[in-house]
Amino acid sequence: MNKELFKYTLRLADNALVLGQRLSEWTGHGPFLEEDLALTNIALDTFGTATSLLEYASRVEGADRNEDSLAYFRNEREFYNTLLVEQANGDYAKTIVRQVLVDAFNVLLYTELSKSKDETLSGIAQKAIKEVTYHYRHTSSWVIRFGDGTEESNKKAQEALNELWRFTGELFEMDEVEEELIKKGIAVDLKALQPKWEKQIDELLKKAILKKPENSFMQTGGKKGIHTEHLGFLLAEMQTLPRMLPNAKW
Amino acid sequence: MISLNKENILLLLSQIPDPEIPVITITELGVIRDVLFNADEIEIKITPTYSGCPAMKQMEDDIKSTLKKNGFEKIKLTTVYSPPWTTDWLSAEAKEKLRAYGIAPPEHSTQDKSWLSGKHKTVHCPRCKSSHTKLISQFGSTACKALYQCKDCLEPFDYFKCI
Repeated sequence: MNKELFKYTLRLADNALVLGQRLSEWTGHGPFLEEDLALTNIALDTFGTATSLLEYASRVEGADRNEDSLAYFRNEREFYNTLLVEQANGDYAKTIVRQVLVDAFNVLLYTELSKSKDETLSGIAQKAIKEVTYHYRHTSSWVIRFGDGTEESNKKAQEALNELWRFTGELFEMDEVEEELIKKGIAVDLKALQPKWEKQIDELLKKAILKKPENSFMQTGGKKGIHTEHLGFLLAEMQTLPRMLPNAKW
Repeated sequence: MISLNKENILLLLSQIPDPEIPVITITELGVIRDVLFNADEIEIKITPTYSGCPAMKQMEDDIKSTLKKNGFEKIKLTTVYSPPWTTDWLSAEAKEKLRAYGIAPPEHSTQDKSWLSGKHKTVHCPRCKSSHTKLISQFGSTACKALYQCKDCLEPFDYFKCI
């Protein structure tokens, strides 16, 4: 097994899986019908990407785990998603701000990953980029409506941004897993994405009349399996049924 | 027994309707990418429309059962991601069938990237052909559709998103 490739694919997969689970918590709770549909559709695309990536991770591992066992039978410390995607939904402004930060990142990430020498990762990225671009278009228009809306909507969006900003540094963090795979032309150089991401977010915040928070201390750990208190609860809900009835088929 | 060649297999597959939009077939949709004959099995290469489209699983089951009914036992389905599926692969006939069914077909080629920056193209009402329509929601009843309304005949309708 290529250990680096397995871990790298799991990191990509877990970001998609955990974010999809968070978004799907809105099912039936959206502020109005169209937004309920929007969030669940975004969740569906995100789960689709997660499934493709987990299926590939299981092939890379070559053990007896498939995409379902990787999703449902790993514990918190074995999940390698970034802390940002596991943060609780909060109000609608917070969900949308979290989403726009991730969507802007994903557009850049998948654009680069589509050039990967790993054919499967490149293919999954080529597919995902169309979807995340559509998501960004939707979430960025909401950020502008919130920021440039009423005093109350601006306040809520700004508070969400201030609260979530500390988790954005980790998106660009790299370790020996990425470094090894960058040498082989497989992984994306995340450091190179950061200025592009900042520029895009700066422009969006300007349009939305929102203030960019200071780059102070950045929280990290998710990529190594050290998570905030939120992930355990999310996994408990996501995994309870398969763990209760491990061989159930439906 | 139907003889083993690509055309015959494609002919069988072209009789399978899309599970969500039964007026078009899965070959018209463009998800069948190739048919290969391996040692003792038929391999069908398919590409997903959307990563998480729940209809893909149904399509796989339909492909297997159609081929089995026609005497082909060993079937392998392989998912290919590249090149990614695009609405450009919908034939003119398929687009016309969508329109007749009440779904506005994709209006332009994905080579035109202006929609990515939020520029809206005119979408025509599938009922009265009016160009006087408005976007209600960027997301609709399935992953591949957005929701529009005609300002002339007032009909709300699905639009097949261009991707």
